[in-house]
This record gives sequence, structure tokens and C-alpha cells, in this order.
Amino acid sequence: MTVVGTNARRYEGPDKVCGRAKYIDDHDFPGCLFGVTVRSSVAHGRIRRIDFDPKFPWSECVVATARDVPHNSVLLIEQDQPLLVDEIVRHAMEPIALIAHPRREKAYEALRHVHVEYEELKPALTLSQALGTEALIFAPDNVFKRFLIEKGDVEAGLRSSHFIVEGEYRVGHQEQAYIENNGMAAWWDNGGVSVMGSMQCPYYVHKAIKHMFGLPDEKVRVIQTATGGGFGGKEEYPNMIGGHAAVLARKAGRPVKIIYDRGEDMAATTKRHPAVVRHCTGLSRDGKLLTQDIEVIMDGGAYVTLSPVVLSRATLHAAGSYECPNVRVRSQVVATNTPPNGAFRGFGAPQTLFAVELHWEKIAQATGIDSLTLRRRNAFREGSITATGQHLRQSVGALETLECCVKRGGYERKRKEYERFNRDPKKKCWKGIGLALVHHGAGFTGSGEAHLASRAAISLTRQGEIKVLAASTEIGQGTNTLFAQIVADTLGVPYDWVAVEAADTGRVPNSGPTVASRTCMIVGGLLQQAAHLFKKEVVEARGSFPKTRKDMHLAAVSLCNGQPEKRFETQYQTPAHVHWDDKTYRGDAYGVYSYATVVADLEIDKTTFEVRVRKITTAQDIGKAINPLLAEGQIAGGTAQGVGYALYENVVMKGGVMANAQLTNYIIPTSLDTPPMDVVIIERPYSEGPFGAKGVGELPMDAPGPAIAAAIYQAAGLLISELPILPEKIAQAKSHDQADG
Amino acid sequence: MRGAPDTIILLRPRSTRQALEVFAQNPHAVPLAGGTDFMVSWNMGLHNGKTVLDISALRSWRKISAAKTGVRIGALATHADLQRHPALRREFSLLTEACSEIGAAAIQNRGTLGGNIANASPAGDSFPPQAVYEAKVHAVSAQARRLIPFNEIFVGVKKTVLRPGELIESVEIPFLKPRPSRQYFRKVGTRAAQALSKTVAAGLLWLSRDGRVSEMRFALGSMATMVRRLKSAEHFVQGKKLTSEVIDHACELLAKDVSPIDDVRSTAQYRLKVSRNLLREFLSGR
Repeated sequence: MTVVGTNARRYEGPDKVCGRAKYIDDHDFPGCLFGVTVRSSVAHGRIRRIDFDPKFPWSECVVATARDVPHNSVLLIEQDQPLLVDEIVRHAMEPIALIAHPRREKAYEALRHVHVEYEELKPALTLSQALGTEALIFAPDNVFKRFLIEKGDVEAGLRSSHFIVEGEYRVGHQEQAYIENNGMAAWWDNGGVSVMGSMQCPYYVHKAIKHMFGLPDEKVRVIQTATGGGFGGKEEYPNMIGGHAAVLARKAGRPVKIIYDRGEDMAATTKRHPAVVRHCTGLSRDGKLLTQDIEVIMDGGAYVTLSPVVLSRATLHAAGSYECPNVRVRSQVVATNTPPNGAFRGFGAPQTLFAVELHWEKIAQATGIDSLTLRRRNAFREGSITATGQHLRQSVGALETLECCVKRGGYERKRKEYERFNRDPKKKCWKGIGLALVHHGAGFTGSGEAHLASRAAISLTRQGEIKVLAASTEIGQGTNTLFAQIVADTLGVPYDWVAVEAADTGRVPNSGPTVASRTCMIVGGLLQQAAHLFKKEVVEARGSFPKTRKDMHLAAVSLCNGQPEKRFETQYQTPAHVHWDDKTYRGDAYGVYSYATVVADLEIDKTTFEVRVRKITTAQDIGKAINPLLAEGQIAGGTAQGVGYALYENVVMKGGVMANAQLTNYIIPTSLDTPPMDVVIIERPYSEGPFGAKGVGELPMDAPGPAIAAAIYQAAGLLISELPILPEKIAQAKSHDQADG
Repeated sequence: MRGAPDTIILLRPRSTRQALEVFAQNPHAVPLAGGTDFMVSWNMGLHNGKTVLDISALRSWRKISAAKTGVRIGALATHADLQRHPALRREFSLLTEACSEIGAAAIQNRGTLGGNIANASPAGDSFPPQAVYEAKVHAVSAQARRLIPFNEIFVGVKKTVLRPGELIESVEIPFLKPRPSRQYFRKVGTRAAQALSKTVAAGLLWLSRDGRVSEMRFALGSMATMVRRLKSAEHFVQGKKLTSEVIDHACELLAKDVSPIDDVRSTAQYRLKVSRNLLREFLSGR
């Protein structure tokens, strides 16, 4: 092994640093029109008519409505979401019509000359309105999906408990806030369509476009351009924009490009699901978990989109990384007349992990046993059985991350020190330190990977070039680099011998979506197998593997046997140890879990109630860091996003639409708000991952929220059970506190 | 990006005189100085088809000069220029401190003091210091010039008394005699940079030898449609010793001069509570 485990240079780094990388809006297409979207201004209503102001020169424009879409649905899990509203508007900012014009500003101007007349219907904007079916969005009861996990006997567990602790926890929306807004272009030729743009999942777009226009595989080509971040926000929404661009391009007979500006992107595209989580926990006298009864309710927005799978992950992580003999998780995701919520780094887990982790503070208060001791007593270790009955046989670094952070973050010493500090009324701030321990399942849930049946390949061209072929996208997280490192080491060739093909459905097989912390572990694993096949065949043919480029070229000529390339392709096979039952929700929910602990050290200003995180200490067990610098980057970035989730990021909804859809008013942390971080990577290898690697992309998002809330609890003496914890909330809670005291 | 540069008529005068003449002929032109507010509305397409008067190159309006009576700051001096100026740092540290907390470095390098005033945001961070320093604004047009007390320049959200054809030439801040016993500035924006203030305060206090207040000035931003001096509290503490009862009452009086609102950034309750805490912090000298 020579390059795995080193900080190999980023594959596309030089192109990005030199400004050569082309994002979708950098691409020019001859004769291209610019497309914009007419959106609903009401949360629920029936369209009576659409008026086009006769004073506007419509002859310069191309206009498309629902009638221009052959199959008017955005195919994902269900088909309930139209590409363009035909009759019933189910959320504000819903696409109704499309306008294209050769000039961008004229297209925007045209928007002001379209007037949609509605018969307004009563909306259900909140969970309680939806569950009271004040408006019926999804028959029969506005519930998109329910899950139930049962282990042991929760009632019997409660009866034998010495302590019973209840709590309710809430989290709001969160915006992905990638640096590049969503954008796509499309053009038609020979009865087929090409769609190009900023995205995570080219084959999702491929499938959706095929469905919309009734086209066969080979008539649709989807190409990812350089992508400025995704965080889940470009998992499903590109199906919509890509569809819009394709509809306009078809009608115009010319290429069409649609680029959202920040306001439209924030108000119209997906967010993290808000959630309410209720816990009722029973423990023995010495703090061993005996029973966990958990209820999860999530807000899905107006269409199904990915909500069932978000809910699945939320449900499967709801009991935390602890062993408990009796567990019940009842969950549901509910339809509201708000823009659909969707994928966002963590995918349901940050919501339920916030609840289970902060609940330890409440348990500590009730039992008199501190939350660190409680975690030590209950955390997963090798041999533990999870809520779904999964036997954790290997790679369980939970306690190792915990002990590492407790030691390096000075947790126990500072806990006592801050207790003394906070007793002094003359101090200008309160100090607190808090921790959280989480797990995160890598790859698709349950049988999801088997259903995906992903394929990836290595191509050897006749010129001797080695190319990685996968639809997994580089979105800033390091896909290209990791793949090249894994393949180079498996073959035993230098890193720079390996090229990575563009994520273009015309050129690469379907390696599945770039989501769910699966790219390195699952697709990297497929590529490692492909590299083994490749190596074996070369060695069988030649006796040894080439050591020079010249020898590789010679080997390529003979292996390709007159063809331009030879491919070595592999397809996902479920590992022998993984068993899952979709009906009972029992078994191995994920092949393996990654683990992380965060210790957050912070101060609260007594004058302004502002929280400043002074230090984050985190240890994360990711199996193996293929590229430690990139892994650390994922951890630092995810932690910063978690700090935002905990303290700043507040989506203000008014009338079912985001009222603060600007980065001036939706506050994400700047570099000055991002605390110094001590990041430790722990490597407990996973036998099925390439070089032992597990997932790392989402894990860092899970723990900062509850760790910060726990630290605020110590500092201000307030258990604030709803994220984000804005200074306004602390100020208000302090007023009540003083009034009570 | 909805702005279309080729639809905009751009006027770029070479001298201040020419600027005023051109502005007189095009009184509806939008003045462009540092562009930090202009570009936001440009991006929304709000200036398409309009005339823009670009005064950013008029170097003579960028000077900062100290005279006997005070410092005169050219309207086009940037927030970064102000922070670097030795006389301002020494005599008017509240203003330089405010300039160091406006936006972030990039905004401070482009944004100008005159532009900040002309834009008249209720949340302008440089305003509370200028209000307590009792600055004066020199406004000029092709026909006339006038001196406007800072406390009279704003008439509402994004509205000033400036007339079409009139530009801010400079801001004059008189030296404080005697020097104040206590100076105070604090911006509350929740994040450490690129924040719009939820409340922002500046205060000056003169104490006599026996510890009584001879004068207090305190101004708040983001607490009303424009920056406000706390006249009631200022008047109340005059001649009094700052006992905890006096401070408590002054904090109570704060609400008489401001009217904070609930908006997407914060709540009226928080703004009021924290503003009182700021006044308390200032008066108690902690």
C-alpha cells in the first residue's frame, strides 16, 4: 500500500484552483435560451386561470405549462409530484409554468407579466393542522409513511424500571446552503435529450427524464458538471430542474439553461425535515437502560419525494448507539402544504440523534448519575444487539471515540471547573461543556443496496490508460481522489496512472446515487473488486503486472484485442453476514456503523445571550481514512454545519414559505464563528469496506447539535430542547427562569 | 443574477464639479459609491434600465483631514480608511470600532461612510457613534451646499432628507471637550462577521468630580426605523450619581425612545432586553 492512507493531491484540485473547472453557468450553448419558473404564491389552491399580460412581447418567449409535459410527474419513490401544476397547488413556490427568453433579465421581467388566479383552499401548514386533516394533502390521513420497530417488551421494561424519564425534543428546517445554486441545461437532438448540470445523482435524473418523455435508456444522456456542493440538496431536486429545462428545450427546439438565484433556491428547493421526537425511557437503579419508547413525527412537506427513506433512517437511529433490551420506535412522516423537505446530510438521523443524546441530560438530572457515566454503561460495544436485533460483530468504536474525546477535551475537569465559575455572579459569561455520542449507518438502509444493485468498472484503454467508471459524483467531498487512491493501491500502480471518467450516463455505469455515506465504502469497494479482476486477468495473461507505462501499454494492446478498451465491471452483492426483513423491520439495518463523539466547550454572554463555541473536540471511527486530509475536511465541515444547525440556522416560515430566503437573514456560521477543532480519526476496520473504510460524509453532522445543547444546559442551567438555540430563546428562557426563581 | 449591465446608463464624472452638474441634469440617477448596497439591488435587477451616477473615482471626496475643531471625513472614505486613520482612532474610537464590525473585510474595503448614510438602513452600524458624536453632514448640489446635523438626516427606513441632485460631500465630527469619562460601543449581530445588527449601541459619558453625571449620550440602531438617541434616559441621569436605582430607572426609560419590532432577524422582546443590558453595562462601567 503506497497511496491509501496518504493525503494524495486532490484529483480535480488544480482545475478548481486555476479556475478551469466549469460549473453549469460557465457553459455556453449556441442559441441557448434562459429559463425561469412561474411559481405559486399560495400554499393551497386551485388554479382558475393563468393570464399573460398582452402588453408584454410574448413572441420573444417560449412558454411551457403542464400540457407540454407528456408524463407530468417527477419520478422518485412515488409519482405524486407534478413537474408543473395542472390544477391543484399544494405548496407555495410550486412550479406552474416555465418561460424561456434569449436574455436572462428579460426572462425574469416576463415573470412579472404572468398573473395566476387561484381559488384559495385552506392549507395545513403545521404538523398539528396536517394531523387534524384541516386540509387533505395525501389520502387518507396526510401520513406519507409509518414505521414500527419493536424489540422485547416495552411495557414490561417500564414496570421493572427504577427511573422513568420522559422528554420531548424538536428541530426545525435547515437549508443545505451549498455555494453553487441549483442549475441545469438541456438540449434535444435525434429524438433524444441531453441534460447537464449541478447534481449528485445522474442516474436519478436519467430515470426521471425517461419517465417524463417516455424515452428509452439510450435516448437520455445526463452529464454532471463541476458541482459546488450538494449536502443532499442536489439529490432529488435536479430531477425537477432537469425536467423543466428539457420541457422548455423541447418546445423551443433550442438549448435551455435554468439557473436559480439564491433567493429562489432557498425558498423553492428542499430542506432538512423538521421533527418532533418524544422519549419515555426506563432505567435500573444503577443507570442501565431497560426500556426506550420513542415516537417520531416528521414534516415531509407537500409531496412524498424522499420522505419515506428519510423517516426510515430517522427511525433506525432513534434509539441511539446504546444497547437496550426493550425498544419501541413508532414513527410517521406527515404531509403539510409547504415545499417538500428532502435529503440533507444525515438524512433524518441528526433529528432523532439530537433527541436521544440530549435526553441523557434529562436522565442525568432525574437519576443523579452524570450523562458520561450513563453513556459508558450503555454504549454499543462488540457483541451488542441493536433495536432491530442486529448483532454488532465488528468495527464498533463507540466507546473508543468517547474516551478519546473525554480525555483530550478535558471534559471531566472542565465540567467541575465551570460549575465553580458559573457560581460567580461577577463573571460576564457562563461557561459550559457538553458531549454527545452517535452512530451512523453507512450505505442504503436494509435491503436498499441490494435493490440498487450498483455497478462500477475500470476501463483499460488500448493506449494503456486506466480509467475509473462510476456515476458517483465529485461534489467537493473527494470522490475522484478516493477512487483513484483505492484503484492505484489495489493494482499496485502510481496514483497518477489512474484517471476518473466524468459522471456522464453515456459513459459510466450506474454506481448508484452519491448519498448515504456510501461512495467510498460501497462504490469504492466495487472498484476495488474491479481492480482485483483487472489485475488477475493481466497477471494470468502475462505472468506479472506491468511496472512501467510502456509495459502497461503493451499489455493493454493485447488485452483490448482490437477493441478501443477493455472493461472490468463488478456489481454489488450483499455481504453474507447482512440479513434484513423489510416487513418486520428486523435484522441488519446497515452493513456497519461509523461512530463519533463530540465535546463542545462554549461560553454564553450574560449581556447578549450569544453563544460562542470555544472549542470542539471530536473523535470519529470511520474504519479507515483513505485520505486523512479529506476525511478531516469532511469532519470539520460537517461539524461546522452542525454548529450552524445548533445555534444559528433558523428557517422562518410565513404562510408556508421561507421568509428569510437570503444568506443575510438565514444565518450560517462564518469562519469566525467556526470554533477551533481537535479532530481525531479512529480506524476500526470493516471487513467489507475497501482497506477497512466505512462512511464519513454524514456522521459529523449528527453530534454537534446535542453536544452544544448539553453545554448550554451546563452554562445557563437551561435544558433547551429545540434547535436552533438562538440567543432569543436563551433570553426568553432566562426571563422565565428568573420569574420562577 | 437578474441585473443586466447593458441596460444601464452609466455616468462617470471626472470631477466633483462635473458630478454635481451631471447629477443636476439627471436627478433620478442612482449614486454609486462603494457599491456594497448597490450590488445587492443590482443583483435583483432593480437597476435595469436606470441611470447610475458612478462617483467612486472622485478621490478628493475620499480624504480624511483633521482640523482644529474636528475631523472631516470625505464621503467616499471607506470603512477600512476610517479604521486606519490615527486621529479617528484616537479621538473617535467608537466610529472606528463600528467600522471594524461592518460586514467583513471585503465590505469594509469597498463600503464608504457617505454611502452608508445615504443608504439609510435602520441597522447602519456607523450611525450610533455618529449620533453620539453629534456629527454633521455636508451635502452639496450644483446650486447650493448645506450642513445637516446627523440626528436630522434620516426620515425613515432607507429615507434621508437628501434631495435629488444632492450628494454627501463629507461628514464632520467635532472634537469632544472635555474628553468623555467613558465610551462604549457594542454590536449584537449573533454571528461574528457578515451580520446585520439586531441591536447596536454607542455611548458617551461625562462624570463630574463628585461622581455625578454631567452629560450622557446613548444611541441605538436597529431599534426603530432609524438610529435613536435615548433622550429620556439621557435627561434622567443628568446630575445624578449612577446608583443601581438610577441605572435601573434609566434602563426602564429606554423603551420611551425606541420601538423595536419582530422580524425575520429577531424579536422585539430580545432587542429590548439586550438593549437594556447594553445600557446597563455602559452605565455600570463593567
